[in-house]
Amino acid sequence: MAMTKRKQKAALGPYGKLGQTINELDERLGIAKGGRTFMDKIFPDHWSFMLGEIALYSFVVLLATGIFLTLYFVPSGEMVTYKGAFAPLFGTKVSAAYASSVDLSLFVRGGLLMRQMHHWACDIFVGSIVVHMMRVFFTGAFRKPRETNWLVGVNLMILAITNGFLGYSLPDDLVSGTGLRIAYSIMESVPVVGTYLAFFVFGGNFPGTAWVPRFFVLHVLLIPLIILGLLGGHLALLVRQKHTQFPGPGRTERNVVGSPMFPVFIFKTTGFLFIVAGVTALLGAFTQINPIWQFGQYEAARISYAVQPDWYMGFLDGFLRIMPSWEFVAFGHTIPLEVTIPAVIFPGILFNIIMVWPMLERKFTKDNDMHHLLERPRDNATRTAIGASVFALVFMMFIASSTDVIANYLHTTLNSVLVAMRVLVVIAPFVTYPIAKRICIEMQNWEKAGARKTVNLVTRTADGEYLSAAAPEADDTHHESEAIAVPTFLVEAASTSASTGVRTVER
Amino acid sequence: MANAHETETPVSITTARADDPHMQPLAQNPARVEAFIAILFVLGLICFGLFGYAYWVIAKPWTLGATIGSGLFLIGVGMVAWGKYLMPRGPFVEERHALASTAAERDAMSDALQNRGARLIGRRKALGGLLGGGLGVFGIVAAFPLLRSLGPLPKGTLFHTDWRKGSYLVDQSGRRVHQDDLLVGSIATVYPEGFEDTDNGQAVDQVVVIRISTTDVVTRKGRETWAPKGYVAYSKLCTHLGCPVGLYEQQMQTLVCPCHQSMFTVNDGAQQIFGPAPRPLPQLPLYIDAEGYLRSQSDFAEPVGPGFWERG
Repeated sequence: MAMTKRKQKAALGPYGKLGQTINELDERLGIAKGGRTFMDKIFPDHWSFMLGEIALYSFVVLLATGIFLTLYFVPSGEMVTYKGAFAPLFGTKVSAAYASSVDLSLFVRGGLLMRQMHHWACDIFVGSIVVHMMRVFFTGAFRKPRETNWLVGVNLMILAITNGFLGYSLPDDLVSGTGLRIAYSIMESVPVVGTYLAFFVFGGNFPGTAWVPRFFVLHVLLIPLIILGLLGGHLALLVRQKHTQFPGPGRTERNVVGSPMFPVFIFKTTGFLFIVAGVTALLGAFTQINPIWQFGQYEAARISYAVQPDWYMGFLDGFLRIMPSWEFVAFGHTIPLEVTIPAVIFPGILFNIIMVWPMLERKFTKDNDMHHLLERPRDNATRTAIGASVFALVFMMFIASSTDVIANYLHTTLNSVLVAMRVLVVIAPFVTYPIAKRICIEMQNWEKAGARKTVNLVTRTADGEYLSAAAPEADDTHHESEAIAVPTFLVEAASTSASTGVRTVER
Repeated sequence: MANAHETETPVSITTARADDPHMQPLAQNPARVEAFIAILFVLGLICFGLFGYAYWVIAKPWTLGATIGSGLFLIGVGMVAWGKYLMPRGPFVEERHALASTAAERDAMSDALQNRGARLIGRRKALGGLLGGGLGVFGIVAAFPLLRSLGPLPKGTLFHTDWRKGSYLVDQSGRRVHQDDLLVGSIATVYPEGFEDTDNGQAVDQVVVIRISTTDVVTRKGRETWAPKGYVAYSKLCTHLGCPVGLYEQQMQTLVCPCHQSMFTVNDGAQQIFGPAPRPLPQLPLYIDAEGYLRSQSDFAEPVGPGFWERG
């Protein structure tokens, strides 16, 4: 019996059942060649390449927690008398959306954790996208041939922000309702078609009940589908065009140096997925976010003090606060520029400039070469300075979204904070530009700073003669050995065969 | 056919000896790292077990998050450490192949598009025109339901509220406001009677009524009768972005919008004195009827809330 078993095993070939499965699959799907190339795919190592992974994995967390939430959320704006278990609300009139959000938070086991994780994951998602985009910008990773992927990425960011806003509006609580009222007014402010736009999006005058199912289907189906599609394209392009890498020993425009997909990168990145999910769960467990049962049902005539949107809406809110009241009235028409400029025109210009930046830069620098090696931010002082000043502008607007809180904190008048923020928003980019540029240029000269000086060894001979010679270099620095192709076959260490060379076979 | 092979990318099959420096782990003491990772995995496993206990027995939200979050985090750190310190340290390299095809292939594609386009489609101009026209019309009419069915047209709805001549001012529960209800320096949110329960009544008709000392009232021309006994009433919708102007500063006699801090004078026709709001809050003309109840003389003289194109 033992013999036949061994025979059967031998008949399967050296890779046994696994090999047989691969053979069967390859005959039908042709997976072996591409599959192995993919397993050998090289991922360069740098901490900043992890930022996009945070975005990807927080999106995974968003999908998982979001699916849970849809099982309990009731997407309806109909007003019902609350008969649930939350005593303070009992007998009051609330919308079905709000009632179900409160109930799933307080009475569904794990519901509050899922909702808080979902909200945290969203804040992390948008945040990591922005930081990832800044990494790509400041290192010049968007340059030819990667302009398309930059475009896809910017659209992903816009979709993420939009879906975040739609999502936190859904519970129909007092804070998000105020945000919706503002969004409605912003739509109204668009010249010519504004009122139609607002009426069609909300199904009539504010607030109505039509927006709840509409926003729900946008938030849980349409936009996530588009995000998934673009995300697939984003990653497919990344695989097709291969990664960029920082310059270093052995790294050229013609190669990629790093660790292979299988098993090194897959372990690191899957571990990182768990870390992102774990941190989100810990945030959801210990850090309260958006306690809607404390805010109460949205009622158009109610409001609370120090209301602020989620962080990624901050720059819009801040600009709305500091904008002077320049309503434009002429020829029987009104353009509320104090709304249109900060909330429609400015983000429109900003996002469009960001989108076409690769093309703009190519046009101005006349640099039409392929770039696979990254630049350090200091290497391209002008680009870094422009990016830094745009960041300073938007950051100051973000700060301006808490003028009231700042005034309270500093025990000063709101007026002085407002004037100060107006001044800061205007001058911040102009002050930042020369400073950032100067820092870059200084840093370019520091290239060798910190490098070890040559040690001179002075010796005295028996004759009393002094001799000076360079000391041998200390062997305590890490020397990276020359990179090799990922070996397909590992041979035993004891093997004396000299087959360590590269063999090329035609497929 | 020999040329066919040259265009295919050769796949390199390489071998390395197990003691090749590239195949060694990065860790200087792999055994210790392995023990460390083992501890992480065991702790992670314990956390997942505790999650089961937390779910079935404790059921407090934070215990669920703490256990599953710690478990995922520990397992994640262990996996990253395994990948980073115990796997072949490399570095490994991969050649970057040109993305572009050959010039001949590009020409072939351009040629195919141009020639087939011109010859096979272009020569039947009439058919092409009909097809294009049909699809164009389809594109336009297909947009109709998407645009038009989504909501009613604004028409005049933004210009009027439910306030009429003689509307009683009522609070949210429908109780009429009597001239003795408010003390000087008090504020109330009111609606036109019959609309306090409606969507539009809440969102559009909302009014703040404040009683101030009659000597404080600054009377503007044409508004002499609008503030009987010091009762002034303004639309509660901020003229900036429509937030309810809900903060009343008694000392300063100002109304403040909590959203973007626009400020309006209470005694002087709600003039905007600070912030981004472009216009005063529209004032609702009041009178006190024979029974002492507050009522409106008419609708607002202008549209309430934020600006829009047709507002004029």
